[in-house]
Amino acid sequence: MTPRISEVWVYLAASPLLGLTLTLLAYQGATWVHKRCRGHPLANPVLLAVATLVALLSLTDTSYRTYFDGAQFVHFLLGPATVALAIPLYAQFGRLKRLALPLLVALLVGSLSAALSAVAIGSLFGASRVTLLSLAPKSVTTPIAMGVAERIGGLPSLTAVLVIITGIVGAIGARYVYRALHIEDDAVRGFAMGIAAHGIGTARAFQENEQTGAFAALAMGLNGLMTALLLPLVTPWLLSW
Amino acid sequence: MIGAITLLLVFQLLGEVIARGLALPIPGPVIGMALLFAALAVRGGPATDLRKTAQDMLQHLSLLFIPAGTGVMLHFQRMSDEWLPLLISLVASTLITIAVTALVLRFLSRRRDLPQETP
Repeated sequence: MTPRISEVWVYLAASPLLGLTLTLLAYQGATWVHKRCRGHPLANPVLLAVATLVALLSLTDTSYRTYFDGAQFVHFLLGPATVALAIPLYAQFGRLKRLALPLLVALLVGSLSAALSAVAIGSLFGASRVTLLSLAPKSVTTPIAMGVAERIGGLPSLTAVLVIITGIVGAIGARYVYRALHIEDDAVRGFAMGIAAHGIGTARAFQENEQTGAFAALAMGLNGLMTALLLPLVTPWLLSW
Repeated sequence: MIGAITLLLVFQLLGEVIARGLALPIPGPVIGMALLFAALAVRGGPATDLRKTAQDMLQHLSLLFIPAGTGVMLHFQRMSDEWLPLLISLVASTLITIAVTALVLRFLSRRRDLPQETP
């Protein structure tokens, strides 16, 4: 590098501007591709953007830490966005009340099946203990999952990644499951996506329509609560078995 | 828009204070969401500004997961050591959970929610 370019690079590497701008550019690029593919779930925006960023950071030898100094501003918005989920939720208030009992039962079954099946299958194929503990809260939204992982003895940062992969798998796979099982009701489609695939599933559900999105948001919030309460209680039993 | 964002942050802050103050295992933003939901129920719905801002924000929910997802860089070693159990577990468990939840909910909601079931 000529001295001038390296000077520019030194500035950019130290400032949050680059990480932030790259995140937004990667997202814009990914949504463009997503649209070009006519919203095909395989062209998942999170997957495309993450792959682009990882490639870019690896090629330029930039550490995740440096990148996150900028990207944290986007990451921070997960908080207010979670609060904002109350609004589409409220729009479904009437239907929620009518379906309260079925939703609660589905929540309990779904929440347990998400954690138990992940740990059971992982241990069947020989995953290590720490990996299993990081895997257990994979279906709930990142901030909750990280807190739960810490509490039960997993690695929070590994959990964050597993949560994102889970979300992408759910967003991509849901339509095939629904097609196979002939699930057509928007509320059911959304709710199951929110339980299994948290915010990324919810983002996908909002692309279907507002009602699907609202039920996904509800499921994601409820499963966050349920997992935070239940998993620390279930884990000791799970690992002794 | 600024008013709506301020409101969302205030509810998040309230949620964090309650979660930490009472040492609850539930994250602050989730409590904030519950509080805002309660407030909307009392008020009878969101103001236009809040509804629009929330809509814009949630349309780009995917964006907000990108920084955490890029953290995959930190775990390449473990993930390449254990890629098989991780891959099978994540894919199978996620699809099983979607199927089980959807089937249970469809079965239980059929009687209560007939108008929505008939296309």
